[in-house]
Amino acid sequence: MKTRYTYGGDEHVYVEMDEEMSLEAFFKSLSMSNAVREADIPGVTEICPANASFQVRYNPDVTPPEEMLSRIKDLEHMADKAEKRMTTRIIEVPVYYQDPWTHETLMRFRERHQDPSGSDLDYAARINGYDSVEAFIEAHHSQPWFVSMVGFVSGLPFLYQLVERDRQIQVPKYLRPRTDTPKQTVGYGGSFSCIYSVRGAGGYQMFGITPMTIYDPRQHVSYLSDFMVFFKPGDIVKWNPIDRAEYDRILAAVEANTWAPRIAEVEFDLDEFNKDMVGYNAKLMEALNDA
Amino acid sequence: MTLKIVKSGLATTIQDLGRPGYFHLGIPEGGAMDRLALRAANMLVGNPEDAAGLEAVFMGPEIEFTRDASIAITGAELPVMIDGEPRETWTSITVKAGQVLSFGFLQAGARAYIAVSGGIATEPDLGSRSTYPIGALGGVGGRAVQPGDELPVGDAPLVAEGRSVPPALRRGPGNPAELRVLTGLYWYRLTEDAGRRFFEDTWTVAAEADRMGYRFKGGRPLDFVDREPPFGAGADPSNIVDGCYSYGSIQVPGGTEPIVLHRDAVSGGGYFTLGAVISADMDLIGQLQPNTQVKFVNVDMETALAARAERKATIAKIRQELG
Repeated sequence: MKTRYTYGGDEHVYVEMDEEMSLEAFFKSLSMSNAVREADIPGVTEICPANASFQVRYNPDVTPPEEMLSRIKDLEHMADKAEKRMTTRIIEVPVYYQDPWTHETLMRFRERHQDPSGSDLDYAARINGYDSVEAFIEAHHSQPWFVSMVGFVSGLPFLYQLVERDRQIQVPKYLRPRTDTPKQTVGYGGSFSCIYSVRGAGGYQMFGITPMTIYDPRQHVSYLSDFMVFFKPGDIVKWNPIDRAEYDRILAAVEANTWAPRIAEVEFDLDEFNKDMVGYNAKLMEALNDA
Repeated sequence: MTLKIVKSGLATTIQDLGRPGYFHLGIPEGGAMDRLALRAANMLVGNPEDAAGLEAVFMGPEIEFTRDASIAITGAELPVMIDGEPRETWTSITVKAGQVLSFGFLQAGARAYIAVSGGIATEPDLGSRSTYPIGALGGVGGRAVQPGDELPVGDAPLVAEGRSVPPALRRGPGNPAELRVLTGLYWYRLTEDAGRRFFEDTWTVAAEADRMGYRFKGGRPLDFVDREPPFGAGADPSNIVDGCYSYGSIQVPGGTEPIVLHRDAVSGGGYFTLGAVISADMDLIGQLQPNTQVKFVNVDMETALAARAERKATIAKIRQELG
């Protein structure tokens, strides 16, 4: 991993921990962006952590670019020394895989896809070497995920699976982006899963849909009453596969404001995780049993 | 007092100077694309510079006033009429209760700003009234204005009629427009030749030009330095592991059509960016019509900061002029 510092025009400093995605790069980016926040450098207006990089927006009239860049650089050693552990939460997110709505949408945009003959899941299962769509779906939800970035549009989480690199699912984005994606579609692009927080354009492959509202600007949903965006970087997600009946039940309950996701507080320690990923994940997921 | 929207124009939205602080959640700063024009319009009617006004794209709305008010229209040259009588842009105008503001056909620029004394007083979201339709924030319940809307306006005294911003202080893009660019970010992904061509070629504003970003076409395709795709980036040479985007940053998906992200930018994504348009020139982009010719000009940080200071000085002069 080699950190790269660069300017984004006269109002941004961009820091890339690594060209490649890894949990190590994500952790370093998150702890360094936290260090920048704590340093409280005059003129800083926004700190945006991403998968393996982060960006600082600032007013160069308050702190000039060169000084801003060097002050951020000075914080790198702190991030290197920082413990790769955090207190976070694990959330169970229900997913209705192979739902009719994303299926209708993917059929509508089939000519923009790599393989117009099948569905996005058929394609993703095949190119990742799975014998069946069912086995692929199992791989998608059996191990948990890290929210490594929130963004693109309102409150959309990007998630990275907590498995060895050779077990990571990888799929390309659509050849040409769709102009439509159902709200709360669970998508996949590169090595990231995502949940489309709002309806709109998108280029990720579509695997299913969640009945869980994750963005509510009016804040009517009970579990979004503190803030309109549900996810934050560092959250851990366990997908819970559900069928149509369960989907309908949860959707109605969300609308009636009688549903909330299962959430448990957990510690995540990167070194411990690296020693035994599957065992560590099992413990993380156990925490949900008490939630 | 309210503004009654009779006709909404093409896409007329309520905008102020935006809602910084939520980009890390994918909620952009937003606000007027041409900030100088909105500030000037507000100064002309005696408002704080960050008061909310209307941003009209290509085509003006038709608005009826329920009470006497001072108004000013700045930005694009969009002929102004009160009850059908032509009036000046960049100048304070007194309108009487019952009078109707309308517009002629666009003559220059792309976005006109309408300020009204007291400012538009809709409910703010996350500290701003700026309309961000994707996230359903600000504006009229999260959307652009529609015929039949009655927009609340704050209470404020009228100002003298005929206060005007001197023509020398009205900034607009030239033709071809020049947008100054500071290279950086993932600039190294381009070959030296491609980097040179990007600045040599004349580009044209494409039809896909909105508050989120402006797309350009007509230049030669850019090619990339060979590489083994980094894990998680994607196979296309223009892909990166999804990262944050800077405001003004220039991405070139597939190396073909550059996109400059603007006030309603997506906060991140998986395309390389070659640098960013300098902050001083962001206002100008908001005044570019489709098919306008554009040259990107390679500048250094010193020039970017000097341009930034110059823009601030222009705003200060307008303030002084109208103070």
